Amino acid sequence: MIVPPPDVIRVENICKSFSGKNILTSVSLGLTQGELKVLIGPSGGGKSTLLQCINFLIPPDRGTVWLEGREIQIHHKRDIYEFRQQVGMIFQEFNLFDHLNALDNVAIALRKVKKLKKQAAIERAMAELDRVGLREHASLYPAQLSGGQKQRVSIARALAMDPKVMLLDEPTSALDPELIGEVLFVIRDLARNGMTMLLATHQVGFIQQMADEILFMEGGCIIERGKPADLLLPASRTRTRAYIDKLSELYEELK
Amino acid sequence: MMDSLSVLLQAVPYLLKGALITIEAVAGAMGLGLIVGIQMAVGQVYGNLFIRRLICLYVWFFRGVPVLVLLFLFYFGLFSLLGLNLSAFGSVILVLGMTTAAYQSQIFRGAIESLPHGQLKAARAVGMSDVQAVIHIILPQALRLSIPGWSNEYAIILKDSALAFVLGTPEIMARTHFVASRTYQHLVLYLFAGVLYFLLTWWGVKALRKLETRVRIAGYAHSGGTR
Repeated sequence: MIVPPPDVIRVENICKSFSGKNILTSVSLGLTQGELKVLIGPSGGGKSTLLQCINFLIPPDRGTVWLEGREIQIHHKRDIYEFRQQVGMIFQEFNLFDHLNALDNVAIALRKVKKLKKQAAIERAMAELDRVGLREHASLYPAQLSGGQKQRVSIARALAMDPKVMLLDEPTSALDPELIGEVLFVIRDLARNGMTMLLATHQVGFIQQMADEILFMEGGCIIERGKPADLLLPASRTRTRAYIDKLSELYEELK
Repeated sequence: MMDSLSVLLQAVPYLLKGALITIEAVAGAMGLGLIVGIQMAVGQVYGNLFIRRLICLYVWFFRGVPVLVLLFLFYFGLFSLLGLNLSAFGSVILVLGMTTAAYQSQIFRGAIESLPHGQLKAARAVGMSDVQAVIHIILPQALRLSIPGWSNEYAIILKDSALAFVLGTPEIMARTHFVASRTYQHLVLYLFAGVLYFLLTWWGVKALRKLETRVRIAGYAHSGGTR
């Protein structure tokens, strides 16, 4: 009997409703080391809420989260703060700290949360900016950066905390088509280097090429899951296939 | 005419000392209002229902009652009832400070609420506690946005400080009144007092405007306005 590898992160039965409307209905998933799973599905399907429930930015009504086998105590603030340090979060709208330049955006959590000395924090932050190709932009403020650059800074900010897993909420959806490539390039690089990631995206090519598993979300549930090769088989009649066909069609029209 | 000018010239050093006391009172009140106002704003945005209600009550009280009434109420009424032996000057700072705290809290609250919600989310996502997020991420941005409103509040409190005269604090108004009632040179003396208030307003607002420009975040569009 083969023992499956332990999950880096595992969530069970996450439920969330807002004013009586169910947004998430008992969602469960797990990621093993180095896995890249993709959340896909129509907007309003609960992808973003799920990602934010996983690190308690939105407190789930019910459900359990384990990080490396340890259950996170949702009512224990310290536990949640510590957990979030180990879970990198990337937002669609970047959410860089507007009053800090790129370097300080990356360094501030190192200093205030990880309590690094100023010099050590700056060196580490610089190394992370270098990794996403923004060493020369360290002194620029968010308002002086392009969307793609902002998103790369936000990735550097997450990476600086040495996360065990990263949650990415449509990281390229707010970007000009021309800027999507540079961000996907960084994410691809992370995946190749073994980062465990849960990614909500509509980038069909990227999904086909990189995803270990596709999770199709609709109406607050994961209604389909499987390897891209299985779900996206041209002959397969899955909801995922139909959805991706629609996306590709739209993309073709635009071209 | 000669009379009035020589009276004024003689009174100038005495009146300028009054201006110093006005400056001290306003600085004290604005400082107190800043410290209390920031905390009330944070409490009003992030606090629980009880805290929010309490702050709301405070703000309504100090916004709803005239400063003149408050000065009498606290100095002759409340402080002696509580056995607090506060000087008139101390009472002025306290009352003006508590009043401006109510107004300042609303300036800061508006600024905090105008920040995109993603700022707080991102701060939490990197593991900051709520207190750290407010101190390191929310307030540095909110305070920058608050400077124009705060400089307006300075101009108001500066002129409200003239009411301190009724408690016998020897500030600009009290000293002007004192000299005028003895020399009967009302016109020139009150004109001078008015000029003093005007200059203090002008310098203060100017300095805050400079501060606003200095701490402006590079690349941010909300510049403009008059210099």
